[in-house]
Amino acid sequence: MISAIVRTAITGLRRDRASLALSFVLPIAFFSIFAVIFGSAHDTIPQVHLIVVDQDQSSASRNLVRGLQREGSLVILTHPESKDSSAPAQDYTAAGAEAAVKAGTVPVALIIPSGWGQHPIAFDGGGSAPEIQLLNDQSDAIAPQVVNGLLQKAAMTAMPASMAGEGEKYMKQYVGGLTAEQQKRWDANLEKLNAREQIRAQQPADASTNTSSGFGDGGIIPVQTRKVVGEHKNKNMISFYAAAIGVMFLLFTASGSAGSLLDEQESGTLDRVLSSRVTMTTLLAGKMTFNTLLAFAQLTVMFLWGWAVFHLEIRGHVSGFIVMGLCTAFAVAAFGIFLASMCHTRGQLGAVSTLLILIMSSVGGSMFPRFMMPEAMQKAGLFTINAWAIDGFQKVFWRDLPIPELWPQVSVLLGVGIVLFAVSRRIARRWEFS
Amino acid sequence: MSTAVSAPSAVAALPVEVTGLVKRFGSLTALDGVSLRLEPGQCLGLLGPNGAGKSTLIRAIVGRVLPDTGQVRIFGAEASTGAARQALGWIPQELAIYPRLTCRENLVSFGKYQGLGGARLAEQVAWCLKWAALEDRAGDAAGKLSGGMKRRLNMAAGIIHKPRLVLMDEPTVGVDPQSRNRIFEMIEELGAEGMSVLYTTHYMEEAERLCDRIAIIDHGRIIAEGTSEELVRNAFGTRSEVTARFTGNQEEIAAWVKQRGGSMSEGTAQFTVTRPAEIAPLLDEAATRGIGIEDVSLRRPNLESVFLHLTGRELRD
Repeated sequence: MISAIVRTAITGLRRDRASLALSFVLPIAFFSIFAVIFGSAHDTIPQVHLIVVDQDQSSASRNLVRGLQREGSLVILTHPESKDSSAPAQDYTAAGAEAAVKAGTVPVALIIPSGWGQHPIAFDGGGSAPEIQLLNDQSDAIAPQVVNGLLQKAAMTAMPASMAGEGEKYMKQYVGGLTAEQQKRWDANLEKLNAREQIRAQQPADASTNTSSGFGDGGIIPVQTRKVVGEHKNKNMISFYAAAIGVMFLLFTASGSAGSLLDEQESGTLDRVLSSRVTMTTLLAGKMTFNTLLAFAQLTVMFLWGWAVFHLEIRGHVSGFIVMGLCTAFAVAAFGIFLASMCHTRGQLGAVSTLLILIMSSVGGSMFPRFMMPEAMQKAGLFTINAWAIDGFQKVFWRDLPIPELWPQVSVLLGVGIVLFAVSRRIARRWEFS
Repeated sequence: MSTAVSAPSAVAALPVEVTGLVKRFGSLTALDGVSLRLEPGQCLGLLGPNGAGKSTLIRAIVGRVLPDTGQVRIFGAEASTGAARQALGWIPQELAIYPRLTCRENLVSFGKYQGLGGARLAEQVAWCLKWAALEDRAGDAAGKLSGGMKRRLNMAAGIIHKPRLVLMDEPTVGVDPQSRNRIFEMIEELGAEGMSVLYTTHYMEEAERLCDRIAIIDHGRIIAEGTSEELVRNAFGTRSEVTARFTGNQEEIAAWVKQRGGSMSEGTAQFTVTRPAEIAPLLDEAATRGIGIEDVSLRRPNLESVFLHLTGRELRD
């Protein structure tokens, strides 16, 4: 008796491809995504993009920059990418670096001030000597920690001569100087160290021979950390989660709502509607408009809740929210219509939408920030609606950028919406006539 | 009717004119050269068993099925054109209504889909609610109505724009006898309003009660057409039908019935006779062969008999 029940259930499952996919494909897909993000594969560790502005141009500062360039975990940018290959780009200025952090181009920038090379090492806190400035975006909590740690490491390994020179100064200050013979031998060793630094400077950076190991916040190089984005935000990351979670649920709602097309097809209502003066294009446009408004209403409720309960700063961001909200709602509505037009039954739609939306949400940054992901996965995230929507909302709420700065996100979301709607309309021809 | 069909021959055109319609779904030929005409103000019944091609023909007339060959014209306009859509109202077999909307909201929605608005829409909604006897349930969700009420709402939604031609695809499926009578009255009211009706059914009684003319369809072909009397006369002339139930060896009985030109169906033998006097010799011969007689009846053939006569199968097969 029990075996008959089991056999019936197995046969049912085998013929229900949607349930099969949910049972086996989704767990495997999720396992793979999490394994790639948090797994131990060395070649998938995310790199931190770092702007370095060397105002000092001393031997010590140049050695430090070279030391940082050797770190495989860092991508050092000293000047913006030049569109004109014939004209070399100007190096970043301190203001340019700060603007780049504010715009989200990089999460961290280092400014090595003039005069820093005279006293690069500080065993006593630095006193009045110029300090390296670390400008960071508070939305990425990991990058500044990584940079600070690697900075201290670079100081230890990339500029031994400077360290020795500074050590001598401290020795003279606290011990009272060397004898003539000791001074002669010290200078000879210092020359050797300088020569080694010169030789290393001429060798290409080999990332594979370097491994990063953070030293924590304290170190022998004094660093002044300054948050240039999010420094006045009273509630950290609320806007990120409102957008990230919001978009994921918008996708679910939109595909569920668009599934009414399948219900109507099954009940015969679709046939009746299409036999009236309503055309398929009009019908899809109507569904699309409704789904867009529904998604926008959902986002509005979510952000209002964030404002009421978590003190999300809505004032001053209303116009940006409306632009991003409508574009996001349009794209997810089209995605829902697209899925519904692809599927033949509600059950199929439920399975396919769950599978796709969860994968899109994990890769696109709705479940954890994309900066935590390996480079390749961050790029893969750009194929999702989630990533573009979240980036846009971050620009509005986190970086306080004006509406014209939203053009990449707005263009992509509207473009995706239009393309998906056009494809859906093409697929929906199967409902028009038989 | 305020709408007008733009085709040049609109004034003289027939409500429905189907010519040589063929529709294949893969290897299945659903319609095999169907030709049909519906005269203005007439109710034409399309009678046939399940799978005969009735719904496909209706859907082709609505413009939802594209024929492989042949032509469908609605008041002279090609099917699925705007003019054709405007002129016809379709009542599908399925309950094609929105279950979460109230009766009134359903009618308003379908009215707007048909281009109605303002006072005309309100007027039509009121008329439909009255026609379907749903005035006191106008504010109730459609999903909570009884089966018969849902059917009536389904019908009302199909004629909200007061079309000149109404296509009904088995509107009484799954309806209790009382509700069925109410639906018959509704259809008769439409006839009185001057609407032309194409009515598909596999219930002979419905076709006989409602339809001026009947077309019998089987395997995608119209196999007979005319009034109920014409169909019976053409198939049986002046002959009557004798049905008898015999006891004994069923194989021997079947062989004898066949030899006497009759047919067996579900244990009942059927013969046709020109005069009642032919019955006595038939029963004598049965007795001579040792076949017992359980009961015998004589009746005029009906559409069921016509269908059986033409196809060798019961109408509900």
